[in-house]
Amino acid sequence: MKNTYWQKNIRYISILLSLWFIVSFGCGILFVEQLNTIQIGGFKLGFWFAQQGSIFGFVAIIFTYIYLMNKLDQTQNK
Amino acid sequence: MELQYWIWIAVGLSFSLYIGIAIWSRAGSTKEFYVAGGGVHPIANGMATAADWMSAASFISMAGIISFGGYDGSVYLMGWTGGYVLLALLLAPYLRKFGKFTVPDFIGDRYYSNTARSVAVFCALIVSFTYIAGQMRGVGVVFSRYLEVDIVTGVLIGMGIVLFYAVLGGMKGITYTQVAQYCVLIFAFMVPAIYISFLVTGNVIPQLGFGSSGADGVYLLDKLDGLHRELGFHEYTSGSKSMLDVFCITMALMVGTAGLPHVIVRFFTVKKVSDARKSAGWALLFIAILYTTAPAIAVFSRTNLIETVSNQPYKDMPEWFDKWETTGLLGFTDKNEDGLIQYTADTTTNELTVDADIMVLANPEIAQLPNWVIALLAAGALAAALSTAAGLLLVISSAVSHDLLKKMVMPRISEKGELIAARIAATGAVCLAGYFGINPPGFVAATVALAFGLAASSFFPAILLGIFSKRINKEGAISGMLVGVTLMLFYMLKFKFGWFGGGTKADWWFGISPEGFGSIAMIANFVVTLIISSGTPAPSKDIQELVANIRKP
Repeated sequence: MKNTYWQKNIRYISILLSLWFIVSFGCGILFVEQLNTIQIGGFKLGFWFAQQGSIFGFVAIIFTYIYLMNKLDQTQNK
Repeated sequence: MELQYWIWIAVGLSFSLYIGIAIWSRAGSTKEFYVAGGGVHPIANGMATAADWMSAASFISMAGIISFGGYDGSVYLMGWTGGYVLLALLLAPYLRKFGKFTVPDFIGDRYYSNTARSVAVFCALIVSFTYIAGQMRGVGVVFSRYLEVDIVTGVLIGMGIVLFYAVLGGMKGITYTQVAQYCVLIFAFMVPAIYISFLVTGNVIPQLGFGSSGADGVYLLDKLDGLHRELGFHEYTSGSKSMLDVFCITMALMVGTAGLPHVIVRFFTVKKVSDARKSAGWALLFIAILYTTAPAIAVFSRTNLIETVSNQPYKDMPEWFDKWETTGLLGFTDKNEDGLIQYTADTTTNELTVDADIMVLANPEIAQLPNWVIALLAAGALAAALSTAAGLLLVISSAVSHDLLKKMVMPRISEKGELIAARIAATGAVCLAGYFGINPPGFVAATVALAFGLAASSFFPAILLGIFSKRINKEGAISGMLVGVTLMLFYMLKFKFGWFGGGTKADWWFGISPEGFGSIAMIANFVVTLIISSGTPAPSKDIQELVANIRKP
């Protein structure tokens, strides 16, 4: 039982860290030029990810993890 | 009312608030002194972490740096926020579960070795000292600029205040003053930002105004790209650094953030493991408010600056231009003697020099905001510098009194004795920091990168592997930390200070700047740790139990 708790935790972490990598290093750095060809409002998309989107993404990732882990903790206590 | 009065009122009120909090939250035990008794609410801890984290550099310099770097400035925005994801997911909950007082505590216990503990203490001290010297300098500069006292007096006043609440209240005092300091600094940062955003774009939310159009209907960023092309700068929304370098710097700053001891210890102060996760989330949210506003300010003030000065007659410049010229932050030399200001990327014809700090400091004047807003800005900058200095101070004092004295030199020291030692160490650290603030070593600016590189190349791999692997042993961890730190120090000394034959940009390994080299040194640390550990005996059953235990909720 303890083991599955840890494995589930590792699975959440891997998925969320991949997202972390995609919003910052992916959209903000590696593919920034391709994304910059798309313009939304006054923002070029790659530039927006580098200076705004990635940070919003980080906040969302942490709060998702808090939510998932709180739920997981609850199933542990039952 | 006269500006000077407003400033004295804002600074005086905020300082008496900090002192009041310090008296209310005196620390009575080592647990209160090191980790605020371990009962801080996650939202309060989030605010304290945010204030701890955002230094004078974030508050005063960052928007300016982005404003001159454009896309290149993104490394700071992503690098100084992304580390919180690593903290929340990989480190904070487990370190809280471990439940001791300091980072060297964890390294020393997990790797069952006082050698490992000493290496960790050494790294914690270097990282914190390089950082704190810059903060005390920041306090001095703000005082001298706004209150017209000299820098030495400014530093001394700052030292007195920090000394009072850090020595008296320890982590408990620091935590609650940091909560107050966060409120002061975020209010001071946002009021001018909202005002300027409304003025330039008609949108009160700077994050949206950033992507809107000005009065002429052209998108602000498109206009700025155009202005940059005309003047010969690289386009604002695309960078001048290589992609690999941007990648490495961002990575080094993120991992460095997650490895900084004064950030990590904040997560020891909450009640339970789930609170550690929560407070990392709140901390990032509070930080994000400032960090998503800064690039907007950067664009507003950059456009404002170029439109106000470029090819305009010098004698028609507004009043603030003169004022900041006398402080040396703005400089104009009429090279071709036509009476107009030529602002270009070409250094032979460029006639205007602008210090990055001016973008935040002069903003209220450029936008003609009322005097109380300028006073607020002074109080905010001081709050940012003092809160970070206090957090660092605590790491230094606990490294000396707890990790060195209690854990290694005098294990039988009494609780009371340790508390006295902690207070003496804090006092000593304030004096040393003050000394460096008054006589700044030339390397302060260069060493901020060093602090992150060192944290990334020493602590992060050791802590991460200590939690996620039961197999890593002391031989692996110690040699990994030593290799990482040595490599980082070597690269910094070679390319920043010209030791070991020096070198220029062309000699950088793989084209990676010293700021980004922390990523490479960190990888070296990981590789060495894994190889050495696999060739030496696994840690004992007890240690494996310890690891299994910190993984349980």
